[in-house]
Amino acid sequence: CALHVICCNAGQFFSSGHTNNWAVLVCTSRFWFNYRHVANTLSVYRSVKRLGIPDSHIVLMLADDMACNHRNPKPATVFSHKNMELNVYGDDVEVDYRGYEVTVENFLRVLTGRLPPSTPRSKRLLSDDRSNILIYLTGHGGNGFLKFQDSEEISNVELADAFEQMWQKRRYNELLFIIDTCQGASMYERFYSPNIMALASSQVGEDSLSHQPDLAIGVHLMDRYTFYMLEFLEDIHPASKTNMNDLFKVCPKSQCVSTPGHRTDLFLRDPGSVLITDFFGSVRKVELTMDAINLTDPIKQMEENPVNGEEQKEVYSYADQLPVSEIIHQKPKQKDWHPPDGFILGLWTLILLVFFKTYGIKHLKHIF
Amino acid sequence: MGLLSDPNRRRALISMLTRLNAPICVVCYFAGVAWFMGLAFEPFTLRTYMSENAMGSTMVEERFPAGERALATGREFAAHKKKVGGMPVDWLVKNMQDRGLEVFTQSFSRTLPFPDENKERYIVKGTNVYGILRAPRAPRTEALVLSAPCSPGDSNNQAVGLLLGLAQYFRNQIYWAKDIIFLVNEHDLIGMQAWLEGYHHTNTTGMSWSPLQGRGGSIQAALSLELSSDVITSLDLVLEGLNGQLPNLDLANLFYAFCQKIGVLCTIQGKLQRNDWDSVSGYSHAVQTMMLMVMKQASGRPWGDHGLFLRYHIEAATIKGVNSFRQYKTDATTIGRLLEGMYRKLNNLLERLHQSYFFYLMPSLSHFVSIGYYMPAFGLLAVILLLRALDLWVQLNTPPSTTEDGVADIDQVRHTLLSVLTPLVISHLTGVALYALPIRFQETAVEHFPVSETEAVVLTAIAIYTAGLALPHNTHRYYIMSAVPDVRGWRVLKLIAVLYLAVLLGCTALINFSLGFILALTLVPLAAFVTPHVPKVLSAFILVILSPACTLLFSVFFFQELQEMPVSFQDGWLLYLSVISQGILDHSLYGSLVYPLIALLVYPCWLLFWNILFWK
Repeated sequence: CALHVICCNAGQFFSSGHTNNWAVLVCTSRFWFNYRHVANTLSVYRSVKRLGIPDSHIVLMLADDMACNHRNPKPATVFSHKNMELNVYGDDVEVDYRGYEVTVENFLRVLTGRLPPSTPRSKRLLSDDRSNILIYLTGHGGNGFLKFQDSEEISNVELADAFEQMWQKRRYNELLFIIDTCQGASMYERFYSPNIMALASSQVGEDSLSHQPDLAIGVHLMDRYTFYMLEFLEDIHPASKTNMNDLFKVCPKSQCVSTPGHRTDLFLRDPGSVLITDFFGSVRKVELTMDAINLTDPIKQMEENPVNGEEQKEVYSYADQLPVSEIIHQKPKQKDWHPPDGFILGLWTLILLVFFKTYGIKHLKHIF
Repeated sequence: MGLLSDPNRRRALISMLTRLNAPICVVCYFAGVAWFMGLAFEPFTLRTYMSENAMGSTMVEERFPAGERALATGREFAAHKKKVGGMPVDWLVKNMQDRGLEVFTQSFSRTLPFPDENKERYIVKGTNVYGILRAPRAPRTEALVLSAPCSPGDSNNQAVGLLLGLAQYFRNQIYWAKDIIFLVNEHDLIGMQAWLEGYHHTNTTGMSWSPLQGRGGSIQAALSLELSSDVITSLDLVLEGLNGQLPNLDLANLFYAFCQKIGVLCTIQGKLQRNDWDSVSGYSHAVQTMMLMVMKQASGRPWGDHGLFLRYHIEAATIKGVNSFRQYKTDATTIGRLLEGMYRKLNNLLERLHQSYFFYLMPSLSHFVSIGYYMPAFGLLAVILLLRALDLWVQLNTPPSTTEDGVADIDQVRHTLLSVLTPLVISHLTGVALYALPIRFQETAVEHFPVSETEAVVLTAIAIYTAGLALPHNTHRYYIMSAVPDVRGWRVLKLIAVLYLAVLLGCTALINFSLGFILALTLVPLAAFVTPHVPKVLSAFILVILSPACTLLFSVFFFQELQEMPVSFQDGWLLYLSVISQGILDHSLYGSLVYPLIALLVYPCWLLFWNILFWK
């Protein structure tokens, strides 16, 4: 009987399937007037740290330094609200990728783990197949791309391929992808790897708007979606049981002006059973029990085989790395037939025309 | 295969060209003028908007408190200025040092080529005083400039006072990312020229100045302040600079945005904005504003101390405080706040202002016309010259009715070339004389005639100009001609002259659209119609009326009309003489190009047409 209870609790204990949490928080814009993107990222960083993910498991990428910008009238601070109660820069911020190090290449290398051996641990995403990863991106974006540093872009296809690489290398158990840019929903359209849930602040064709202008500092302090998400997260504590459906409801159109979107079709579990702390916190599950458990079988010592001249050889083989079809029960996608490329068609037509013009149509019969 | 290579079609095209040439030219001329007048019509203009992302909106909090103290400082400055009888250098240096700036001075001296009667100076010696507010945390790579002129008498005391007040306030803030240079320049433009030359290590005008001891970094923007009263009713923005160069439109947009935020009445060309664009008076108001800007730009002189910054690619404007008889007055604190807001926004700049237009016309402070919209007006006028050139080319290529044999042809060609080259050379020599002789011979003129040096220079210029009118009668003596009359000669000369004029006006319009357009308005019709066969006396009269000198005379009267200060003929003539002397002075003092352009290029071109009229 007790065993059954334990089994039920154990079932709940292991329902999420992850054992560690990671977070990759990226702000892609530079320049003083993009203060709000840094404030966005630092607010999420703050919540994530508060809920338990340590700095060693957070990769924070900030493209510009707002706290120490010469134009900041309150040096060494980044505020998220104009009442200036909360300095999200704090005194224990650890920025892993700073300034010009925030590039598309570095971001993709962090995700896929293909970093040079000299990279320090703080700059690596050392996740394994039981890690839940939170990825948060903010900056300026468009339909299908996100702008990095005013000089390059990452496309939604590249991002989807990076996630697929992560899946094939078993670098995540489940992934939550949040993006707060204009037309953010376009970034998650192309995902095709399993176990990804995505949220965006606006649909394709819509702009994400900023929330707070601060006249003393002279810039907008925060974006609407992240502002309301931060408000929502401030109510979460490590033991709270709020689930993802509540996160989907954050910032409706009346507050955000844009329509936030989400995507859950690649995710195996029902969003209602996914806790916020599964991604935003690092909850160590501790179960206290007052019952003694008998280990039924005594522990037997294994006999060591005496070393003889002949060594027993066993043939080992790799387990199937990609049992995708076992894990995902999806119908194979039908490849649409595309007509041959217009350019190739035109080129061959041109070649044929030139040929027949030169040699005359009467030679046709010699060919066929 | 095509329109131009098929001889039948070509003949038809050419005959159409020659038949319709005059009507098309007339239509183009009136279309060009109509297009230009239509530019001020509000539906054809665009509203101004901030293009620079870094400057964004007017989202700052202005907190400048010390307007009254600034006015008191201004009164102190006035007292010291009167005591010293010029620029109170020591008082300024001490005052700026007390406010925490790094203060330096620069002395300069210049002997003008002839005395300037407007400002009553001949040998100019002065000192500029400037203080640098170093950015607290930034490297010293960029700077902003705020300047106020030290004018004789009672002018601009409040400007210097406000400058010092702002300096003290700015010194207490920590958010400056660029150095701010507070400059008080003596002898307005001459002092500014000396300072800029010293700052940028150039010496283009032959002034002697002491090198600058302290420097700030590359200057991103500059504002010059002119304030002569304790309270004002409106702020006027002056944009036109040297050679008709204009600052980036974003600077004007920034000014306008802050005027609207703070609620100060702002004008451009001294004229308020009106909302009734669809009424006749509203439209004529916009036309007047635009024409004032065109006139000021065409004159090529800097209309404020900011005008000299533009040459160094520094966006600059002058803000003038105007105190008229309106009821609502704005005090110095509000002006200080407006300037504070503008400087905070300029502080946010990451690179030079380049996002908005550099070539534009403003019929009002909130509307503008960009170069893409106003250039077709000039293009239509230039097309007339090209059509005329084509017509002449066709006439030159049709075989003449009297046939010549081959030997006489070569001689004919040589005589044609020579008879064309002679007027060209002589016209340009006259132009060189007009450019160089007035200043060179002012002493001899003063010895022989009872006039002052300035009058001597101006009258010598007019004399040489008029002497050029007598040339065609004299140059014919120097022709090495055979007895065969040259029927084609004037056509070749006219073709060359028309193309020369087209290129000249085109290049001028690109740099200074207003000057190019005004010259085109008068020179293109005369270039189009003049031939040796038109009635001589009437055409001579029309040619003189349309010559550059008379255009200048009419422009002076027109400009005074636009400013609602019409002058009588006597005063107008004196004004005209002073305008000529100012033009010559501007050229030697600041490098203005209007006088050399007119003397060396436009006047010889006009003389060529005069020669064609009197062709024998």
